Amino acid sequence: MQQRTPIEEQIDLPFIESLRISFQSLKIRFGRSIITTAGITLGIAFLVSVWMNNEIGLALQESGRQSTINTFEETAEQGISTKDIWLIIMSLIVCVVGIANSMLMAVTERFREIGTMKCLGALDGFVVRLFLLESGFQGFSGALIGALIGTLGAVLLGLKDYGLDLFFYFPLLPSSPEDGPMQLGVIVIILLGCILGMILAVIGSSFPAWRAAKLPPAEAMRTEV
Amino acid sequence: MADIVVKTEDVVKEYRMGSNILRALDGINIEIERGEYISLMGPSGSGKSTLFNMIGALDRPTEGRVYIDGQNMSQLSQKQIAAFRCHRVGYIFQSYNLLHVRSAHGNVTLPMIFAGISEKQRNEKAEKLLDMVGLGDRMYHLPDELSGGQRQRVAIARALANDPSIILADEPTANLDTITGREIIDLIKRLNIEQGVTVISATHDLKMLDVSDRIVDIRDGLVERIRNRDEIEIEVGEVGGEGE
Repeated sequence: MQQRTPIEEQIDLPFIESLRISFQSLKIRFGRSIITTAGITLGIAFLVSVWMNNEIGLALQESGRQSTINTFEETAEQGISTKDIWLIIMSLIVCVVGIANSMLMAVTERFREIGTMKCLGALDGFVVRLFLLESGFQGFSGALIGALIGTLGAVLLGLKDYGLDLFFYFPLLPSSPEDGPMQLGVIVIILLGCILGMILAVIGSSFPAWRAAKLPPAEAMRTEV
Repeated sequence: MADIVVKTEDVVKEYRMGSNILRALDGINIEIERGEYISLMGPSGSGKSTLFNMIGALDRPTEGRVYIDGQNMSQLSQKQIAAFRCHRVGYIFQSYNLLHVRSAHGNVTLPMIFAGISEKQRNEKAEKLLDMVGLGDRMYHLPDELSGGQRQRVAIARALANDPSIILADEPTANLDTITGREIIDLIKRLNIEQGVTVISATHDLKMLDVSDRIVDIRDGLVERIRNRDEIEIEVGEVGGEGE
């Protein structure tokens, strides 16, 4: 059997090419992308609204104002109550599970596509990079919208509880430590919400994408969802 | 000496199904010459698709070796395997496996993007290939807007994008009606004759025997027999008439 020209190494594609392909894919799959992104938006909106509602409550308590409703009178002096912490943790769990699930589904239904791309000569790293870019973008935009919706929700709730006093004592920036219990402030919470949403979306999609990219194409294409 | 393009040596493939081990291939030895049109025949579950996957570097054998162009495939690096799939082989599948988010044109250009070909060149080539398979007027349609036969034509155009020396076709006509299937077979045969592409096809479509140089019968993961085309001519004549 004679030796032919040796098989060369596959080239790495320039970053701009991955960016172009991932955006094209988001655009054409717009309806599906919106649903995935909505999953992220909801998770972050829930988390941010609960968290921020708590911040607003604390800020107004420290300022000496009391909720007009006074539901939590007994805990008013102690800062964050166990119940509030419990609520924030619960919303964080709902958010993590929701986002992980929606990203996982979005990738799993594309295993066949991953296998096909590998048949056409895609490197494993290229496939993972596509999903990283797509999910990073979805995660960031979904989380930003979610954080804004969550803030709006918390503000509306605050208005109901504290009336217009809310705006005089609105905890926009982090509080200084000497003013009692440390508060993060609205801006930091929005930022943290965005970062969390993006990280969860990227982990939730690139981990299964990486697993699919590692599979031999025949196996990836066999996977039925 | 014949120019051997594909050679398998004692290829074994086992799948683990829970606690059972299924031996899909049980030691396959075949040699395929350059420019040949080979059909791998066998009932479903015989192992022909598994063998197809081994030859196309789509899966790794449990034991044994696959040589393509004299290269032992198990010794290639990941990047070499990707380059092999990109440049040397064109795949055609039963279920087309087009990317739904890309137009016919976008599907044909994708392997050329992976090969690093410039945008201008790949657009020209994609247009030429789609014209050749008779889809010049539907180039920018999404796969969902095309019929089964048209999708398979896109898949053929895509398979040819980087001028492969081997076309691997896994039951390319199984989802098509008789006449469309016939057209697809004729198209593949034309590439085989005009461009000297080696065609390896897993099939149980009797129409495909007609155009094959050799037929490899696979049964229970083993090569049952290898027949030349002239040995089966009469059988096919009868079947070929049915669809017309």
